[in-house]
Amino acid sequence: MADLRTDFLGIRSPNPFWLASAPPTDRKTNVLRAFKAGWGGVVWKTLGEEGPPVVNVSGPRYGAIHGPDRRLMGFNNIELITDRPLELNLQEIAEVKKLYPDRALVASIMVPCDEDSWKRILPRVEATGCDGVELNFGCPHGMSERGMGSAVGQVPEYIEMVARWCKAFTRLPVIVKLTPNITDIRHPARAAKRGGADAVSLINTINSIVSVDLDRMAPAPHVDGRGTHGGYCGPAVKPIALSMTSEIARDPETRGMPISAIGGITTWRDAAEFIALGAGTVQVCTAAMTYGFKVVDEMVTGLSTFMDAKGYRTIEDFRGLAVPNVTDWQYLNLNYVAKARIDQDLCISCGRCHIACEDTSHQAITATVDGRRRFVVKDDECVGCNLCVEICPVENCITLEHRTVGTDPRTGQPYAQPYANWTQHPNNPASSAGRAAE
Amino acid sequence: MASMATDGVTGWRLAPEDYVGNFADLSPPLTRHEAFVESERCYFCYDAPCVQSCPTGIDIPLFIRQIAKDNAIGAAETILSANIMGGMCARVCPTEQLCEEACVREHAEGKPVRIGSLQRHATDAIMAASAAAGRHPFPRAPETGRSVAVVGAGPAGLSAAHRLALLGHAVTLYDAKPKLGGLNEYGIAAYKTPADFAQAEVDFILGIGNIAVVPGVRLGVGTDLATLRGRHDAVFLGLGLGGVNALAGMEDQRNVVDALSFIEALRQAPDKAAVPVGRRVVVIGGGMTAVDAAVQARRLGAEQVTIAYRRGAADMKASRWEQELAQTNGVVIRHWMTPAGFDSRDGAVTAVRFAHRGADGSAAAEGVAIAADLVLCAIGQSFLAGSLGTGDLALEGGRIRVDAERRTTLPGVWAGGDCVAGGLDLTVSAVEDGKRAAIAIDAHLRATEPVSLLAGAA
Repeated sequence: MADLRTDFLGIRSPNPFWLASAPPTDRKTNVLRAFKAGWGGVVWKTLGEEGPPVVNVSGPRYGAIHGPDRRLMGFNNIELITDRPLELNLQEIAEVKKLYPDRALVASIMVPCDEDSWKRILPRVEATGCDGVELNFGCPHGMSERGMGSAVGQVPEYIEMVARWCKAFTRLPVIVKLTPNITDIRHPARAAKRGGADAVSLINTINSIVSVDLDRMAPAPHVDGRGTHGGYCGPAVKPIALSMTSEIARDPETRGMPISAIGGITTWRDAAEFIALGAGTVQVCTAAMTYGFKVVDEMVTGLSTFMDAKGYRTIEDFRGLAVPNVTDWQYLNLNYVAKARIDQDLCISCGRCHIACEDTSHQAITATVDGRRRFVVKDDECVGCNLCVEICPVENCITLEHRTVGTDPRTGQPYAQPYANWTQHPNNPASSAGRAAE
Repeated sequence: MASMATDGVTGWRLAPEDYVGNFADLSPPLTRHEAFVESERCYFCYDAPCVQSCPTGIDIPLFIRQIAKDNAIGAAETILSANIMGGMCARVCPTEQLCEEACVREHAEGKPVRIGSLQRHATDAIMAASAAAGRHPFPRAPETGRSVAVVGAGPAGLSAAHRLALLGHAVTLYDAKPKLGGLNEYGIAAYKTPADFAQAEVDFILGIGNIAVVPGVRLGVGTDLATLRGRHDAVFLGLGLGGVNALAGMEDQRNVVDALSFIEALRQAPDKAAVPVGRRVVVIGGGMTAVDAAVQARRLGAEQVTIAYRRGAADMKASRWEQELAQTNGVVIRHWMTPAGFDSRDGAVTAVRFAHRGADGSAAAEGVAIAADLVLCAIGQSFLAGSLGTGDLALEGGRIRVDAERRTTLPGVWAGGDCVAGGLDLTVSAVEDGKRAAIAIDAHLRATEPVSLLAGAA
């Protein structure tokens, strides 16, 4: 039986599944339900400074993109940080931590970008007995207009400055939550590291308008006829989060920095993928908001089954194993040849592979053979692009086969050739071979 | 008060509310959500096999995708532009033998996309919208000044009339019956077209305008082909099968009737409870009409209903779905039963005698009698060619010979539907006949002089 326990910056949790700072972690009632359901940890919904709390809209806060059968694929919100008094939240955090000392309990914080604000709040948070703080530099709506959230996360110098203050004012581990609404995630991550932050968490939500109401000619959902951009999350954003996680994991300046991964994690597999890219814990929100806290059962059991099957005893056994295999395009092996093959026994003759290839790619799949409806890959045209594999409705019907024996009829080159990449290619003017050719 | 166990032929065998349920929609419409879920199952195949197997060539993947993307009206326009009776076909087409049989998901998992149900979803939407707006969705082309006679307002005739009107011609639509629709109105089980759908569809089709309806006119009675040819630029014959095949000796028996008359009476009855039915009913035949008659007899309260067919299950013209419908309605289907005569008392039938040839038809025949107080004969219909007069219109196997464009051997005369040779005897193929003929007539008219000018010249 796999051991799912994690030790993230000294914060222990029975499994790597934490609930992200968000509506599900806004109050004691919810968090107790989450812990009872088996979640390994919780990042409490973002606390603001002392004083009158923020005010949320009383119209719709959420919008969504749906797939078939109204499966929620992408989710958008315009909710602000907690709208409950600071003291109430602090009191509840203390109570919950006492009730569940074995779970991770991290407090998310967002206060104005001045030293005093952070100096004031951090000791009070620390006094709750919570395990760490997460600096919310990510929320892209509402609070960012007030100079907080992603407005900070978009300026590496601010990240570094605030991280430094926090490390000075608390002994708790400091996690910096990054916004993806930037051009290169490595810069804010490096800034967090320079500021002394212990870890980063990412991604926060992405600026988004999920829909336009074509009757009202306004963003949908709307508040009294007008809408604003929100933050996008849910299954649809996972690929973006995976990429950004991998960039931080393999950047020479941030390599080895602990990462708590966030972004569309819905299943055990999503979690395993983030862990393979270096994440120490994963944070979930949309899946819980869609299905309730019980989804953690699938995640925990699925991850455990996977680890048992692979012989991974602990999370650390496979954490980061995929990182070395993430590379730049220029280092991909240009001599690797794969071609599609269609399993005629599995093929249901929908013909989509043919028309996709014919209309939009390389005209490499037949529609008929000897006058009969039949879909076969033409090796002399196939470039192994994988389009047909991805659009085929039948799993494993079309596969890409690595070719090693014989000659590629498309290029006339032997299949078996040693590794060679773009940096060595004669067509690359910057390569030594390219320079020699000139 | 009669009950299911009352001997003889009588109505009111069931409680009044039972009739409401029994003759309600056999396949209720999809909800909006069901339609979205089902439409997402379609793979939008290339050169889709379902389209190939639709006699009217409806672009099925396109209309299903339109439904999936919340455009049911656009979906209906896709359907109706190929098949103006898409609404009725969604209800009566043997989809399990046509589009749904060809669906790649049938091949893959034995569960095709429910194309018929989706087609109904879309066509219901456009018919409701059209009725609410009082506007037909397809605009007519500028008037050509040409006139076409369409004889027979069944699926073939209505399809031809609509397409001809669409193309700008003035149509005169003749029919023998008081109501238009042909077998859609008179020959299909009530639970397949509840809420007077057949007439709603007729109204929808006529909504295109420029179709003058002349009911109560039968070819050969009141008018004839020669007259119509002289009066119109072209003629389309969409005649039904006027003759009903009879069993030897049935005319001597009380309560032995043809199944179509039974179905017609049931369809036209304002109160289904009043329709008389036997306690024990035997239906002779193996086609759709036999199933429609048998199931409806059960739903009227007949205690025992048997379909007796002279060959095996695979030979039945009723689809497997229809056969199962009969069986789930408690109808017993017996195969290899060749009618051999009737028993009667006081002139009323008491039993049908058959020569039965064992389970697979190979055993030696033995005599079997099935008790019956009502016998419904559904052994086919025939075309009464006499109505055509003694013209030069060639027949083939007793029906009108036509070419691919549904042109008869008589100049200026086209034909389609049940009256032509080589058809499928389906609503959907009749609609296709009418459409093809109309397109051919249009091409012909645009290439020739109007009959009025010719008459004027003469």
